[in-house]
Formats: sequence, structure tokens, C-alpha cells
Amino acid sequence: MLTKTGVPTAQELDRVTPTRHRLEQGPVAIIECFQQIPCNPCFLSCKQGAIQEFSDINDLPVLDDSKCTGCGICIANCPGLAIFVVDYSYSPDEGLVKLPYEFLPVPEIDAQVDALDREGRIAGKGRVVKVQRFKGQERTPVVWLAVPKDLVMSVRNIKVGGQSHAR
Amino acid sequence: MLKTDIAIIGAGPAGLNAAISAAAMGAKVLLLDRDDRAGGQLIKQTHKFFGSRELHASLRGIDIASLLLARVREFDNIDFRLGATVLGYYEDGVITAEYRGNFLKIKADRYVIATGASEKILPFPNNDLPGVYGAGAVQTLTNVYGVLPGKRVIMVGSGNIGLIVSYQLLQAGVQVAGIVEAAPGIGGYLVHAAKIRRAGVPIYTSHTIKEAYGDSSVQGAVIWQLDEKWQPLNGTEKDIEADVICIAVGLTPLTELLWQAGCQMKYVPQLGGHVNLRDENLMTSVPGIYVAGDVSGVEEASAAMLEGKLAGLAAAKSLGYSIENYDELWQQAISQLDGLRSGPAGEKIRSGLKMLVR
Ligand SMILES: Cc1cc2nc3c(=O)[nH]c(=O)nc-3n(C[C@H](O)[C@H](O)[C@H](O)COP(=O)(O)OP(=O)(O)OC[C@H]3O[C@@H](n4cnc5c(N)ncnc54)[C@H](O)[C@@H]3O)c2cc1C
Ligand code: SF4
Ligand code: SF4
Repeated sequence: MLTKTGVPTAQELDRVTPTRHRLEQGPVAIIECFQQIPCNPCFLSCKQGAIQEFSDINDLPVLDDSKCTGCGICIANCPGLAIFVVDYSYSPDEGLVKLPYEFLPVPEIDAQVDALDREGRIAGKGRVVKVQRFKGQERTPVVWLAVPKDLVMSVRNIKVGGQSHAR
Repeated sequence: MLKTDIAIIGAGPAGLNAAISAAAMGAKVLLLDRDDRAGGQLIKQTHKFFGSRELHASLRGIDIASLLLARVREFDNIDFRLGATVLGYYEDGVITAEYRGNFLKIKADRYVIATGASEKILPFPNNDLPGVYGAGAVQTLTNVYGVLPGKRVIMVGSGNIGLIVSYQLLQAGVQVAGIVEAAPGIGGYLVHAAKIRRAGVPIYTSHTIKEAYGDSSVQGAVIWQLDEKWQPLNGTEKDIEADVICIAVGLTPLTELLWQAGCQMKYVPQLGGHVNLRDENLMTSVPGIYVAGDVSGVEEASAAMLEGKLAGLAAAKSLGYSIENYDELWQQAISQLDGLRSGPAGEKIRSGLKMLVR
């Protein structure tokens, strides 16, 4: 259970995962925010209107995945670092995970890094394709990570070099 | 004797906003803080804040402090003194302060008390070993002075402070061995918990610290599980090595000045301890003394900023100052505050505040 472990359950993730069809069409946001808290920068930062307007600041974000371009602006603006973009159309056998990364060193392009799951376990290897910095949110770089397609839904963090933030 | 219209004690998000809104109405403001930097808790907060855009959500606490300080500096009618510790409140409405080696006597027509909150401690065997810190101290060391508290930390408490300080320690390159939480569920926001978890830090809910150990400083701690009645279960002990134990079990309002002034106080656990009664203008039971921020109930920076605005507006108005769009400013702050407190996360605050409005 999320409140006990801090790790969202499969059911919770199901609720925010677009259809297979939409996933295969290209980049789309996955908003892993499951608790009502007074917070709305995701809605305000999305220029595509893909996140439904909040009628109350405590609302949960609701994504219209037909409007989402996977641009990733919301990733850098979410103070909960709870938004990711996944792209199954990246290449025939690799998918892309775009994730917020606020640790040093910021990985180099083409670096092979450990790809971690939601519990910080090593799920496999990933290759850094790009590091994106959005204006005003430069200190939350968005790392584009290419991983085998079967890891796209589980990889949510990286470990760079010998850095020991994961135990 | 230093004389002013409004003296504001504490320059955290509440006090800074009180100063700005009172000064904007034309009042002469004296703003005092014992620290040598402005911003209160904000100067330690390197993470991005929640709340609404109008209240700087998505910005980091440190950046919010700079923004507010810049606003304060725009006003000639704010006399801002850092390094000024207010010592006492006297019957004749005079406060005294220690200011850079000098003793000040201050008489203001209105006071806004915005002194914030201090950390609670937790009793357990050997909690006096070097290496046992409060989370605030760890944050000050790491984020203000750039000094690491140690190599490997056990965090006690999974409220937002415990979760956020854990994250900041990881960013500083310190290992976090685990977060220990006595309650069956995580106390803070689950998005914060999720980002700690995906960095590999375990969260032990329904667990507490049994004892710390170490020869001359902390070398580790034994934790154990609690049953539904919060009783420790023998045989569930786990030994965790660490050189720092960081206590993040909550804050309690810093109310000494309110007690000295004779404000009517009430014990409200939802708000962190004893807090003052107040009217809808945030005035205490002592006419002319207003409150804002954590001192009147431990909450959040967004709420502290709004309360600061309200207290500043109300105090200035009561002295006959005015501003064209007063009603609009007032209503805006009230509705933002209601919005913040309206969700499930604000339930505790709402029930606590109900006990306090005079
Ligand atoms: C780790 C952590 C993370 C947080 N994260 C968030 C967040 O993401 N979003 C959010 O909204 N809030 C957050 N908060 C809460 C927020 O920081 C506080 O609620 C807020 O700072 C309270 O503001 P305040 O002005 O009431 O008090 P404070 O910020 O505590 O300021 C009080 C000031 O009063 C001064 N003072 C006290 N006594 C005296 C005296 N006798 N004389 C002179 N000066 C005095 C102090 O030096 C201090 O500067 C966090 C807090 C912590 C500790
Ligand atoms: S990825 Fe871009 S388009 Fe999609 S929700 Fe986020 S900000 Fe909007
Ligand atoms: S900005 Fe992030 S934490 Fe805030 S509501 Fe949106 S998804 Fe949740």
C-alpha cells in the first residue's frame, strides 16, 4: 500500500497509464500523484491544456493523453517530482523514460547508468540520450533515458557512476 | 526607546509578508529577527514548494526568501534589523531586544508575533549521544553552512520534514539508512515518500527507535516494530548502523512572547501544542497583538505567508492606514487560505483552528 510503503501499487499505476495504443503512438506523461494535496503547478505549466483545470487546488491531476505531446515541461515544474514521460515509439527495441533528476553529477550524454525501479532496485541498464533543462527550472534537469521496452514502465530513477545515494 | 507603528517579530515567510502588506498601507514598520539572514525556515529549504502559483509553488524555499526580502527592501518605511533577539514583553506594552550587543527598548502601537516553531524531541535511551540531531540542525548544517552531519543517517519521522531532509541528505551525498515511523502510515506527502523510495531508502512504518548505541558518539540504533496499540513487539529488533540519528517528529509553536503578554492560550495537539486564541483579524486576546505563521499553529509556508499578509493588513488598518483595494486583498488572501486548508491534507488544521477562533 502506498501510504505504508511509499511505493504506488499496480492498481494505482493502472489508473494513470494510457492505453497500449496511445503508448505506442509516442511520448506521453504518466502522472504518479495519488494523494490530494494543495498543489497545482502541473496544470499551470502545461501549455497544451493536457492537464484538466483544477476546480480546487487539492484536486488530483487528470491527464487528457490525446492532447499531451510528451514535452516534459510538467516534469520539471512538479514539486513532487511525480511526473514522467514515456515513449515506446523511440526505437524498435528501446523505449524512452524522461525523468527528473536533482543529483550531482548530472550524467553525460551516452553514459550507461544503472536504471532503478520505484524501490531503488537496479532493474537494468539505461543509456542517457539527452539532458533537458527548462527555463526557470534549470535545477531540475530532465534526463532522457533509453531502456529496453520491457523496463519502460518500471524504471523511475537512475544511479550515476559509483554514487551512493541508493543504499 | 525606539518607537514605531508596528513591530513585527520574526522575519520568516509570515513576518516578511506582514511587513510588506503593512508598509504598503503606509505604516511605519520595525521588523526584527534574531537570525543573521532573512527568511526563517525558508533559507534551509532547497526543495521546490507546493501550494499555488500565486504563493510561489514550484520555486525553492531559498528563492522565495530572496523574493520576499527584495520586496521588503523596496520600502523606506520598513526598518529591518537582523541579529535582533526579542527577549521579553512587558506590561506597559514595551518589548526588549538584544541587538548586536546593545539592549533595545521598543514601543510599538501594534505587534505582529511571527516567531515560528521549534522542534520536538524524542526520548529514547542514549539520545544524548553526539550524533543525535534535530532535523532543523541537520538542514542548517548541510544547506546553510555546507557541512555534512555524518556519513550515514537514520531518520526518525516520516512527516514532510523527515522525508524532505532525507532527500536533501541524499543530494548532499549522505547515505540514508532508513526512515523510521511509529504510525502505521507515512505522515508526509506521498510524492515526497516515492522519491525517497526510488533512491533506495526503506521506510519502516509501525516502527520506533528502541535505543541508540555507541561509545563516545552514535554508531547505530536498534529499532523495533509496534503493534496496533503502539506497543513494541519483542523479537522484532533490527540493528541499523549509522553515525547520525536525525529526529523529525514535529514542531511546536514558539510562543514565549505570547505567554508573557498574557494572551489566552489553548492546547491544540493538531496545531503542535499550546497556541493562542485569535479573532478573524488574527488578533490575540490582548488588543494590539497579532499573530501569523507557525507560532499560531504549525502549518506550511504558504499558509504562513497568507496569515502574514492578513495580520499586516489588519494591524495597519486598525491604526487608520488604508489602501484602495483593501477589501480585495483581504478577500483574496482569505480565499487562498481556505483553498489550501480545504482538502484532506488540511483536515487536521481545520479541526484545530475551530477550537481557537474567539
Ligand atoms: C524541512 C522542511 C520542509 C518544509 N517544506 C515546506 C514546503 O514544501 N512547503 C511549505 O509551504 N512549507 C514547508 N515547510 C514549512 C515552512 O517552512 C514553515 O511553515 C514556515 O517557514 C513558517 O513560517 P513562519 O514565518 O511562521 O516561521 P519561521 O519560518 O520559522 O520564521 C520565524 C522567524 O522568527 C525568528 N524568531 C523566533 N523567535 C525570535 C525572537 N525571540 N526574536 C527575534 N526573532 C525570532 C526566527 O529566527 C525565524 O527567522 C517546511 C519546513 C521544514 C522544516
Ligand atoms: S508532457 Fe507536456 S503536454 Fe504532456 S502533460 Fe506534461 S506539459 Fe502537458
Ligand atoms: S504538480 Fe506534481 S505533486 Fe503537484 S498536483 Fe501536480 S502532479 Fe501532483
